[in-house]
Amino acid sequence: MAGYRNFVLVCGGTGCESSKSDVIYKNLLSAVETAGLAAEVQVVKTGCFGFCEKGPVVKVLPDESFYVEVKPEDAQEIVAEHLTKGREVKRLLYNKDGNKKNAKIDDINFYQKQVRIVLRNCGFIDPENINEYIARDGYAALEKVLFELKPEQVIEELKKSGLRGRGGAGFPTWRKWSFTKAVESSQKYVVCNADEGDPGAYMDRSTLEGDPHSVLEAMTIAGYTIGANQGYIYIRAEYPLAIQRLEIALKQAREMGLLGKNILDSKFDFDIELRLGAGAFVCGEETALLASIEGARGMPKPRPPFPAVKGLWGKPTVINNVETYANIPVIILKGGDWFGRIGTETSKGTKVFALTGKVNNSGLIEVPMGTTLREIIFDIGGGIIGGKKFKAAQSGGPSGGVIPEEFLDTPIDYENLARIGSIMGSGGLIVMDEDDCMVDVAKFYLEFTVDESCGKCSPCRIGGRQILELLGKITKGQASLHDIEKIKKIGHAMQRASLCALGGTAANPALSTLRYFEAEYLEHIKDKKCRAGKCKDLFTFSILSEKCIGCGLCARKCPVNAVVGEKGKPHTIKDGLCVKCGECFRACRFKAVVKK
Amino acid sequence: MAKLTLADLKQIRAQQKAAMNKRETDGKEIQLVIGMATCGIAAGARDTLKAFMAEIEAQNLNNVLVRQTGCMGFCANEPTVEVIMPGMPTVIYGRVDAAVAKKIVSSHILNKTLVNEHVFDRPAADNILKQEAV
Ligand SMILES: Cc1cc2nc3c(=O)[nH]c(=O)nc-3n(C[C@H](O)[C@H](O)[C@H](O)COP(=O)(O)O)c2cc1C
Repeated sequence: MAGYRNFVLVCGGTGCESSKSDVIYKNLLSAVETAGLAAEVQVVKTGCFGFCEKGPVVKVLPDESFYVEVKPEDAQEIVAEHLTKGREVKRLLYNKDGNKKNAKIDDINFYQKQVRIVLRNCGFIDPENINEYIARDGYAALEKVLFELKPEQVIEELKKSGLRGRGGAGFPTWRKWSFTKAVESSQKYVVCNADEGDPGAYMDRSTLEGDPHSVLEAMTIAGYTIGANQGYIYIRAEYPLAIQRLEIALKQAREMGLLGKNILDSKFDFDIELRLGAGAFVCGEETALLASIEGARGMPKPRPPFPAVKGLWGKPTVINNVETYANIPVIILKGGDWFGRIGTETSKGTKVFALTGKVNNSGLIEVPMGTTLREIIFDIGGGIIGGKKFKAAQSGGPSGGVIPEEFLDTPIDYENLARIGSIMGSGGLIVMDEDDCMVDVAKFYLEFTVDESCGKCSPCRIGGRQILELLGKITKGQASLHDIEKIKKIGHAMQRASLCALGGTAANPALSTLRYFEAEYLEHIKDKKCRAGKCKDLFTFSILSEKCIGCGLCARKCPVNAVVGEKGKPHTIKDGLCVKCGECFRACRFKAVVKK
Repeated sequence: MAKLTLADLKQIRAQQKAAMNKRETDGKEIQLVIGMATCGIAAGARDTLKAFMAEIEAQNLNNVLVRQTGCMGFCANEPTVEVIMPGMPTVIYGRVDAAVAKKIVSSHILNKTLVNEHVFDRPAADNILKQEAV
């Protein structure tokens, strides 16, 4: 057997699958078969490549040809041309600057500044084949831990690495493990938090889709270290592909004896089960999550006691985030010192971000801690869509805040983000431009947290609603300056008095937009103006009679028949009828429709 | 499947690594570029390609990258293969069949000795440029 000469990697992440990458995969397989190349060319469905903006993505190795926006019908040509005749299909290649005939992967800006530890296997291996994971040093860290390291040594390695929790709070992982290890108990648990509910975030989900074994391996290492034999992965039912890949991975690991009794004859037993969440943001909070696994309603409990002492069914429990776990096998193999050399003084390693919003290359990226927002948005992200002006980036989702232009060059780590009024959070990063209204943004997040509040404690239940109402008044032009003070006061009370961090951080989007964009709030209140043109009560559309030629296009587009006029004569908009959808504004070719 | 022992796991890893290594492009210093245009294929380039893959596997070489390219423009001498490696001039071999492929691996790649009777061209700089522009 000569082995394969070419590898066709097809992105099988949720994003690319939704644009038919599964059909592309099938078509490639059958085209390869028909061409008689099945023994020479391997078609592999991998996890997310990260370059979601240009998906579906197909990569051919070893040529490093990077095909983007591939359609199912392109499969035939890729096989007939590239794989049979060695000619790249140029029209599908990702063109860096329009004149380069082939952008090799490393030349693509999107990948240049990235360092892939967590995503090391994503987009390279077939996540449904355990052998491919093993080939990439998979389960070698478990081997080392079971046969060469004592639990204390594992903790020592994690301590040296400086790894901190990637689920949001940034708590040092070695401490959490060492607390849990120290508690005497015949039964302990290891839990993985894969709830990932922030709007715009899909880091954990993609990691599980692309490299499920990395999390299984790390959880087993955690079990050995703290003395637990049972693990649970809490994942929301909304992520069917991640669940499916996890189920396959669990089955393969059990069959090979990498999970179950007496793993690799080490006398250590460990198994993992999935628990599906119904999709409530609060169930990502660790105490609520544990309650949900127990079958109770997902509501937080006061801490202490911490899960390390009294967790699942009252037993000592380590609970970590997906990304936190995915780092651990690499730390064990390459050493804590190696990991500790990446990143900043206080924040080590890398961070995965889901880069979305008004940025050219949205996608999944992994950068060393300490990378600046400018590098992320302008170098990796390729700048703002349509060359518009950057206004702010939102990090940390509903618990985070906005980062204005003046901090574009601040190295991103836990401390710096907290200092400027946001948080690292789990890694959602939403880019906003001049068309985004900061009051509206705050309102969006408050709507989310008000919806998601479990209602157990009054600061969150009542405070959130109050702030939302005040924000609503501002966007309608009905607020007074006094309302700004009220928002701050309620927000600070929520920060201090809420039972869990959902309420404790819910005011952050409002407080941080106020901190950096107070002028915009004042414009809404005093001038009744929304400069971004988002708040519908603060602007009207009208037609300039000197520019309107009466083509009637806007009238045809208007869904509520608010535009009237005779053909060839200037039209007008009936104010009472207009719903401000903006269809006329976008339709007009003569700049006759204005928004004021 | 039976439960693995430590030794089994190590063995699977070693085996799979070799297979996986073919997918890897980093750190491969030696490149074989095989002309796979219609003329090349007609002259047997497919078998040449297979022969190279087999020989690389047999010799357990993991630093060789095999790529394909379109027409190199030397139709009369197909199949053609370009060999690029450190410490050797870049050479294009012509009329490379399976036997010659084997020779190229053992002699050119492993012993750094040209397979003289099949050297077709050492591309001059301008020749390379011309190809880039195609
Ligand atoms: C409202 C709320 C939602 C949360 N959602 C998540 C989540 O989706 N995923 C996650 O890993 N952590 C989430 N957390 C943080 C967890 O409570 C906990 O800190 C984390 O799982 C610990 O893991 P780490 O130390 O590895 O970060 C959430 C916290 C709060 C307050």
